Amino acid sequence: MRLRFRRRRFGQIAIASTLGTILESVRSQALAQGMSQSHPPVSAQSPDCSSVVDVKLHVNGVEHALKIEPRVTLLDVLRERLNLTGSKKGCDHGQCGACTVLIDGRRVNSCLTFAIMHTDAAITTIEGLAQGDTLHPMQAAFLAHDGFQCGYCTPGQICSAVGLVNEGHAKSDAEIREQMSGNICRCGAYPNIVAAVRDVLEGKQDAAI
Amino acid sequence: MQPFSYKKVGQADNAVALVAPDTQASYLAGGTSLIDLMKLNVQTPQQLIDINPLPLSKIEMHANGVRIGTMARNSDVAYDGLIRERYPALSEALLSGASPQLRNMASVGGNLLQRTRCYYFRDTAFPCNKRVPGSGCPAIEGYNRIHAILGGSDRCIATHPSDMAVAMVALDAVVQTQGPNGGRSIPLVDFHLLPGNTPERETVLQHGELIIAVDLPASNFAKRSHYLKVRDRASYAFAMASVAAALDIQNGIIRTARLAMGGVGTKPWRAYGAEKLLENQPVNQATFQAAANAAISGAKPQKYNGFKIELAKRTIVRALTTVGEMA
Repeated sequence: MRLRFRRRRFGQIAIASTLGTILESVRSQALAQGMSQSHPPVSAQSPDCSSVVDVKLHVNGVEHALKIEPRVTLLDVLRERLNLTGSKKGCDHGQCGACTVLIDGRRVNSCLTFAIMHTDAAITTIEGLAQGDTLHPMQAAFLAHDGFQCGYCTPGQICSAVGLVNEGHAKSDAEIREQMSGNICRCGAYPNIVAAVRDVLEGKQDAAI
Repeated sequence: MQPFSYKKVGQADNAVALVAPDTQASYLAGGTSLIDLMKLNVQTPQQLIDINPLPLSKIEMHANGVRIGTMARNSDVAYDGLIRERYPALSEALLSGASPQLRNMASVGGNLLQRTRCYYFRDTAFPCNKRVPGSGCPAIEGYNRIHAILGGSDRCIATHPSDMAVAMVALDAVVQTQGPNGGRSIPLVDFHLLPGNTPERETVLQHGELIIAVDLPASNFAKRSHYLKVRDRASYAFAMASVAAALDIQNGIIRTARLAMGGVGTKPWRAYGAEKLLENQPVNQATFQAAANAAISGAKPQKYNGFKIELAKRTIVRALTTVGEMA
């Protein structure tokens, strides 16, 4: 009896939290797409503050003309507007690295920057690394070394590793580990990730973009 | 996130003219701290002035020292040849902070202005005197393992999170600003404020005053400097205790000493008393231990952070030992 009650209660909580998640997801999609909220918090001092503005972004060699609010992060534009869902939303606070992309060749957390800040930059996501059917050397090295398990962190890991090669400061395994510390892998594929990065660094393959 | 209006500016004058008259306006630099806190509704500016295009990212010789433009990225400063050669503690401090991605984004000015990592400050479900003046400090009675043992008040015990600022304080850095009424030079050691009764005021900057550069003076101790950081994991974590140490040693005697600590104080903590005990003393463990004891004297531990007293002392001795052995 007690067990049944607990089960039912757990089920209710689960349903409620799932509903909450769905509602939050619909709401954030609406925000990302520039749709107005039912009660937009409009400020008297800044009447234009929720207005949608024209923004041009260069992503993976393609120019995109978008109408977005200034508050939309680069990650949300990539995923929700450009359908480039390779970049992942993990923590959404710059702590996990799943959203890592390259801006003018430098790795950054796309969740902690507004898209509107990058109208003059060349943005590269995981989708932009391969040349047609030819994988980028870092992608090939991750495959060769099995540098992942579930794969959720992998696009961020690979973009970060390409940034690491561009920077040119890591040589030893210890330096690779230290300079990949901004990318968390909960499956614990770290040894194979280090092996993949080492292969590319040792000039077995040229990973410059 | 609350909506806001946005404008990108290319000149410091224009940036100041836009932010100064609007108390709800804020500068936007690297964004790694501000955007994080905007997502949490801890900061809710109504106007953001994007200063990323400002031509203030150079790292160059200036009056025998080095001038670092406010928009220089943390990674660019850390790997700069002049900084590595002349101010190694600063390079080490920068590389010990955050992650490569964040360092590529974060600016020098923004790093000085980053907000505390106190969990009560970052969670709007809790009161916080720093976020809502007068609302209370749950950290003092709560879980305070990461909090300060030096410089706290009965209103706030939050630590300043920057590594860079600790090294800069030890290296006698000076902050250059531009405001609506002209510019100022502010020694970094006087830049951050103790919480006292007004923890919501964190620096001496007036609203609209813009950091344009940080100057590192030439000195006889900066080249022999080191930053040591102790944290809960080997990388990518805030300091439990950190030390920036610099020594000018002549014939085995310390002529000039600089010592600053992070992770233990409510601001980047310069240990003047310890420096005095180091000067004119021989380079040995007894000297270093006396300095460590002096640096922590007056510390006030909370329920969960008493370990920081011994940790800070050992970190000081180890950092000074490393500096003493530097060529």
